[in-house]
Amino acid sequence: MQAWHFTEMPYPHVPQGDALESMRVTIPSKLYDPKIGSDLYNRYLDEHVIADELGLNIMLNEHHQTATCLDAAAPLMAAILARQTKNARICILGNPIANRGDPIRIAEEMAIIDNISRGRLDVGVVRGVPYEIFAANTNPTQTLERLWEGVDLIVRAWTSHDGPFNFEGRFTHRRVVNVWPRPYQQPHPMIWITGSSDYDNIKKVASRGYVFATFLQPHDKVKLMFDAYRSTMADHGLPGGAGMAFMPLVFTADSEEEAEKGAKELTWYMHTKTPPQFRNPPGYVGVETNVKALQGAYTGRTDAVRAKGMDYLREQGVLMYGTPDSVARQIKRYYDLVGGFDHLLMMQQAGFLDHKRTVASMTLFAKEVYPQIRDLPRTQVQKAKAMA
Amino acid sequence: MLTTDQRKTLIHVSGMDIELERRGRGQPLLLLYGEEGLEPDAPFIDELAKDFELFIPSPPGFGHSERPEWLSNIDDIAYVYLDLVEKLALKNSPVVGFSFGGWLAAEIATKDDSFISRLVLVGAYGIKAGGPFDRDIADFWSLHPSEVLKLKWHDPEKGKRDFPSMPEEKLAIVARNVESLARFCWEPFMHNPKLKRRLHRIKMPTRLIWGEHDGIVTPAYGKAYADAIPGATLQVIPGAGHFPQLEQPETFMAALREFLR
Repeated sequence: MQAWHFTEMPYPHVPQGDALESMRVTIPSKLYDPKIGSDLYNRYLDEHVIADELGLNIMLNEHHQTATCLDAAAPLMAAILARQTKNARICILGNPIANRGDPIRIAEEMAIIDNISRGRLDVGVVRGVPYEIFAANTNPTQTLERLWEGVDLIVRAWTSHDGPFNFEGRFTHRRVVNVWPRPYQQPHPMIWITGSSDYDNIKKVASRGYVFATFLQPHDKVKLMFDAYRSTMADHGLPGGAGMAFMPLVFTADSEEEAEKGAKELTWYMHTKTPPQFRNPPGYVGVETNVKALQGAYTGRTDAVRAKGMDYLREQGVLMYGTPDSVARQIKRYYDLVGGFDHLLMMQQAGFLDHKRTVASMTLFAKEVYPQIRDLPRTQVQKAKAMA
Repeated sequence: MLTTDQRKTLIHVSGMDIELERRGRGQPLLLLYGEEGLEPDAPFIDELAKDFELFIPSPPGFGHSERPEWLSNIDDIAYVYLDLVEKLALKNSPVVGFSFGGWLAAEIATKDDSFISRLVLVGAYGIKAGGPFDRDIADFWSLHPSEVLKLKWHDPEKGKRDFPSMPEEKLAIVARNVESLARFCWEPFMHNPKLKRRLHRIKMPTRLIWGEHDGIVTPAYGKAYADAIPGATLQVIPGAGHFPQLEQPETFMAALREFLR
């Protein structure tokens, strides 16, 4: 089991709750104070450097036009950390390939970072969450098609070393694709792809031997996703190396009481407001799901989660907090409930959680929790042994 | 194959099944409904069917019409409809289009207007009237739904729809229409940058009918549209928003009859 430190790099110093029409897409930048913001950028980068020193890996992501995430260009952060860290693997999860619209540029950026870090880069690729559609203006009805065309083009660009090839796809046309530099890792860095309950897509991720990642989902749903991934890996007779990743909110402290306080601050992330039109752009989900939405199936779901509170989130495995032994038990429980997984992506900072308490939680995790879970078998390795 | 009610048939054209509803008797009239598909169920259609045989196709991806993957914009749909018109052997027909259907009617007319006797565009999208920083067409996809309702309807109460009590089959069409509209019209948003430069090709008598309080495409937008079509006239209907045919059906029908007479 590999553990990864993550923060969305929030800018929480904006009006909270209903005082704001939206935390995303339309939030005016006059609410951003560059003095506070520049401190935050540097602080979050410091925390990633500390993660490296503690023996944790680093996960980065990007979002646009939002106070929930100052990292609007994850490759920039990854490039800085490629120089400032020594051992950590760095995973951008991910490059919003459908929204960026230029897969070759992503191939180049990732190849450069892979070289600077001397092969410590994992390249996540994401379809992009619904509200991201508006900043990017990409067609909401075909983000998955864009994602896969882009991934296939990037991989070809990374692995072609005998001069140019041409590409005339549905979304991208190039007459002479010839990416310099080639990646440091051969044949190319590991690709990660995120998803939720679109099983066809999970199977596609598995059949290509890529890592599948999912965020903040209850264990019963994740079990089904990971089962779909595992059975496809087995069907294709693929060797180990890829695997599955899950992200909960994680807070570790010396006392249960202190941990609960920290965990509560992490849930800030779940209360950030987005108006309805940005939550479900037209055609982002299929007709069947939209029929249920019209019938009112999803209204008030967030409110329900809020009302059920921390215990509920903890039971689902979305929120893990407590003393080191307790956190280790919660991770092992989740591991068992979902049939095992390979990467624990930990959102260990959110909202107003300050530097001191963030680092205290990270440190306690690295020193007292990580040793208890590090040897949980990687799914594929276990399978290979079982078969032998 | 998709099921369809008795007045409707599926016609195979341009390699896809297109749903076609036929109603009434008299001179043929091609009616192109708007993106929400509200017109075929509206009372004014029954009035119109007393004087005309109405041909009401569903665009690819709307109603029960197929939406092949290769279709990407309204230009493609216009060519499918020209094949349909040929198959139905429509001649000397008025064409009446509402909103998205109005845009489609304008696209068709710029490509081949030989079968059209008169053209009526009601609250039509399709052109970019202003500059890059102008929001010519209200962005109903990034505004709050309650705000969109106010822009669309002079009386927003009339626009409220009770989705939870609708049958699932109907909701599936609502959801599918929204998805298809986004597929074809997300970017450029509800217009074809080339259309304005092609409208001069429309030679038959053309009437644009607009709701005075249309907040999605304003009467000023309607005027810019009319100015680009030789000899076209704009008629503004008071007490109506984006759907004068639904909010003021009597005034609308009087205007339509007067023009089609």
